Amino acid sequence: MSNPRWRAFARIAVLSSSLAVAIVALAQTSAVDEIAKYRAALQDGNPAELWEARGAELWKQPRGPNKVSLEKCDLGLGPGVVKGAYTQLPRYFADADRVMDLETRLVWCMVKLQGFSEADAVKNHFGGPGRKSDNEAFVAFVTSESRGIPMNVAATHPKEQEMYRLGEKMFFFRGGPYDFACASCHGVDNQRIRLQDLPNLTTKEGAQKAYSTWPAYRVSQGELRTFQWRLNDCFRQQRFPELKFTSDASIALTMFLAKNSNGAAYDAPAIKR
Amino acid sequence: MNKEIIAWTVVGGAAALLIGCATAPSDAETTAKATQMMKASFNERGQAKLDRLDQDETQKLCSEYTGKDLPKEVAERIEKVNLESIKWPADGKYLGDWKSGEKIAQQGQGMQYSDDPKKPSGANCYACHQLAPQELSFGTIGPSLYQYGKARGYTEETRKYVYGRIWNSEGYGACSNMPRFGHNHILTEAQIKDVVALLMDPDSPVNK
Amino acid sequence: MADPMRIRANVVGDTTEVKVLMSHEMETGQRKDSAGKVIPAWHIQNVTATYNGKTVLTAQWGPAVSKNPFLSFKFKGGAKGDKVQISWVDNRGEKRTDEATIA
Repeated sequence: MSNPRWRAFARIAVLSSSLAVAIVALAQTSAVDEIAKYRAALQDGNPAELWEARGAELWKQPRGPNKVSLEKCDLGLGPGVVKGAYTQLPRYFADADRVMDLETRLVWCMVKLQGFSEADAVKNHFGGPGRKSDNEAFVAFVTSESRGIPMNVAATHPKEQEMYRLGEKMFFFRGGPYDFACASCHGVDNQRIRLQDLPNLTTKEGAQKAYSTWPAYRVSQGELRTFQWRLNDCFRQQRFPELKFTSDASIALTMFLAKNSNGAAYDAPAIKR
Repeated sequence: MNKEIIAWTVVGGAAALLIGCATAPSDAETTAKATQMMKASFNERGQAKLDRLDQDETQKLCSEYTGKDLPKEVAERIEKVNLESIKWPADGKYLGDWKSGEKIAQQGQGMQYSDDPKKPSGANCYACHQLAPQELSFGTIGPSLYQYGKARGYTEETRKYVYGRIWNSEGYGACSNMPRFGHNHILTEAQIKDVVALLMDPDSPVNK
Repeated sequence: MADPMRIRANVVGDTTEVKVLMSHEMETGQRKDSAGKVIPAWHIQNVTATYNGKTVLTAQWGPAVSKNPFLSFKFKGGAKGDKVQISWVDNRGEKRTDEATIA
């Protein structure tokens, strides 16, 4: 019951009236402040908990052709250890001989332990209206078990180091009909698209703030969104083709951002507008 | 002119090799590997084909020099190539309809795989710039363009500059963050003229 | 079947505060799908909260309530260890009842 997100509730009514005042006054900076207050008010009663609870249930359920649960899945800290596992991902897994992020590792466990086909394991990886995604539930559960633990991605294995370097290159890769790179929007402090603040992901502080607050329940979409989703949708807006789920590029970029966020107290699943 | 740029890339690569540590892969090798990795990591979807990952020389150079000092010679070459690519209006007129320009400036759709390729693209100016003071929801990646024409004078020279800048921003400042709206066929000539009017028509709310 | 609710109930002094998260699409009936067809309304209609078998809250909800709604309310009374029960029924007749222990 000490969860800090369960706090004062009645603020929303106050907020909507003060938002109106701000707009009438044409006071843009205070409009930005009001949005910050709206976000703060949302912290109370985060529906991400519904995903966390569903993920925790699914985790224990015998599933797939082998009828086993994911409780023996090794997320890097040994079979079945979930607590804190997310703060050390992505990492190199010798059994797969590959650097993996959380979602890639979950797919691996579903294939190797539960006997799902690769195609079935990646099916429905992002949910939509009336179409719940097991992937999103698993991610919500596993990440919730890292809340409050500092990010600590080692990146000492040569393959991890290589992934980091490739992710860094990708971050600065300008392409497509709009000439956009990740850095076009996330390379300078204190910039906005419309009224949306943009984190500067080339700084430690910016990467920490951004990475430690994903996955998140998106109020505007009514869905819990994972880090793979976040990258996928950035590339859509970059006018790139579609980033493949659990592709090397997605893992490289995650490695770059995760390692840059080291030291941040992990604080998700979060809630965003 | 492309040859010149390629020559410069090679020089850049060689310099990186010289400073690079003996065991770590060179910067050029990492770049090549990253490009290869990306090609294998994206799916074509809708109008967004894989050739969107093929960089032109400007994109290559600007990626390479992000966060580093852009050598003057490289910057000049990028600007020259891009300036020369601009297609100026056949009728010699730069000013369209600011009311239509305002609509285009508000719209952000276009060229995403989720967009209908049959519908015209927007310019999404407000995503990055302040323009008309009535619109509070503007971004700050680009400079404020409020009172653009009023402050500079409604001259033919400035109109031409604005038209060119929207057509191909890289011609006026190498590695500008702004998309090359004409060069990359995001906007039509008529649409660009309308956006020029939004900035340069004395009646536009931008200049009130 | 609908996913379980998340219910928290805390007693402070003589008042119990209850916070509930419900998993529901809460479709308004006003929206259209990508083919232009109206998506039928589907939302929670009635919410009931009971404490020791006594009703402490009833609510009638409509399409204005958000997806995955969050409900918070207080009632006089309640003691640590007692049960609070929440039920909802939607316009398709689907229902869900969950219980929490007051802390």
